[in-house]
Amino acid sequence: MIAPLKDITPAERARSTSFNEASARTRLELLLDAGSFVEFIGPEQREVSPHLKIFDLPEQFDDGIVVGRGNLDGSPVFVAAQEGRFMGGAFGEVHGAKLTGLLRAARQIGSIPVLILFDTGGVRLQEANAGELAIAEIMRAVMEARSAGVKVIGLIGGRSGCYGGGGLIAGCCSALAVSEPGRIAVSGPEVIETNRGVEEFDSRDRALVWRTMGGKHRRLLGAADVFADDNVQDFREAARELLRLVGPFSLDRLRAEQERLAQRLRRFGACEDAVDIWTEEGIPDAETVPELPADQFVALANRIGRTSRDAR
Amino acid sequence: MTLDDILTSLFPDGHEVSNDKGIIAGSATPRSGGRMIVIGVADRTALGVDEAIRLSDHVLGSIGRDSGPILVLVDSDSQRMSKRDELLGLNEFLAHLAKVLIHADVNGRPTIGLLYGHSAAGALLATGLATRVLVGLPGADPAVMDLPSMAKVTKLSMEALQEKAKSTPVFAPGLSNLAQMGAIHMTWSNAASLADQLEALLADMPAAQDRRDALGKERGGRLKAAEIAERVRGLALQAR
Repeated sequence: MIAPLKDITPAERARSTSFNEASARTRLELLLDAGSFVEFIGPEQREVSPHLKIFDLPEQFDDGIVVGRGNLDGSPVFVAAQEGRFMGGAFGEVHGAKLTGLLRAARQIGSIPVLILFDTGGVRLQEANAGELAIAEIMRAVMEARSAGVKVIGLIGGRSGCYGGGGLIAGCCSALAVSEPGRIAVSGPEVIETNRGVEEFDSRDRALVWRTMGGKHRRLLGAADVFADDNVQDFREAARELLRLVGPFSLDRLRAEQERLAQRLRRFGACEDAVDIWTEEGIPDAETVPELPADQFVALANRIGRTSRDAR
Repeated sequence: MTLDDILTSLFPDGHEVSNDKGIIAGSATPRSGGRMIVIGVADRTALGVDEAIRLSDHVLGSIGRDSGPILVLVDSDSQRMSKRDELLGLNEFLAHLAKVLIHADVNGRPTIGLLYGHSAAGALLATGLATRVLVGLPGADPAVMDLPSMAKVTKLSMEALQEKAKSTPVFAPGLSNLAQMGAIHMTWSNAASLADQLEALLADMPAAQDRRDALGKERGGRLKAAEIAERVRGLALQAR
């Protein structure tokens, strides 16, 4: 029997809501403590992109990103959630500036962490120069905030994945949680195919896309520390876990990251496919990894134990 | 100007900077003394995992050992677009390089980018756009995306795009467009000594604070960014 809606706890609702399919606003509503979210420059302010009308394209009143503050287990957090359904969650001038401003405030305060819910194809091409520069400003603001003691956690599981400059910002975060559909890369499959040919990358081969850029591969490589199942409650728990685990930023972390990445190249640099890397990591029947259900995959990833903790 | 011309003009007393398959690394002594480490990408080389790790290694090796500014020379392709680079986590390698440069800059090793050729997308983010002051040289031709590719994505003709590009710097490739955005702090002259221009910059380095949004507003290229960021910052501080 289905329980009446009013009897469903927020946690149950978050558990039954796909992170991938939810809107940015629903993700935030269910990620944070119920009723705690306060938005900065919400859609009622109608701060739209000043550039889309040049291309006769529709604007969105929040320019595809929701920023504000809320509570997680009663503790304050700043949050930013990209809306992948508006222009692929791409970074434009206004969209990017909202996140930059949030990070600058976090840096000043020093003690309130930032959660970034990525869902982006990268730079918004219709305002490419402004978008590219916004990403550079965000990367700088993330590192300045981290240097001031702020924890910046990336949550990646949206439809548009985390591509282009979004992938670079994710690389600047203190830690990442990712779900299977949360792809992380710089060049998207279509971009590689257009530039290098279908022999280099067949963008229609979805299995290839998932195992090269998807959340499972990123978790096994240690690029993401936590693998979340595709529901908002799992991301909420992942965020809580990462906020507990992440330590302060320092030069030692950059030195450790240099070694971590150099070691990855030495160990896996000759591998031609993700399955080769997983086999090299000692996973038996590596070709079955894409089919593993979340709980079994998490157990496997924890056994392999590759993380970027203290090394990013 | 070729890389050799640039290095000779920057460091007339000599330098120890080498170009190995498009990856620039070394050091030099600016006229005012001290030691400056030099990294970069030359010959329109794509920035992939193998290249990025060498550049970050060179900078990290210098932190704690040397004390001077860091110069980043840029004539690159975009990031390397390949299955292997993405498989190995190119986003982490490019972010790592940018992080190392940003960390150095805010910890007493001011960074200067010198964009003298091409660059694009992720390669520009990990190099020139991760420095405190990005200088352009005449003839540099950065592009977030070239117009033919943009025509494909936006389904507009090249003619229509070129027409729109005249009225707005926001999407079209080129040094002057990026300068109007606030991304390029200044453009040097090819005709004068680069050493003189470097000395003038070193003697008057701006503070480490990122002011590119304010610069974009002053130049009329990005009218909203600074104001929006400032408003969000103010609201976030109030909500504390």
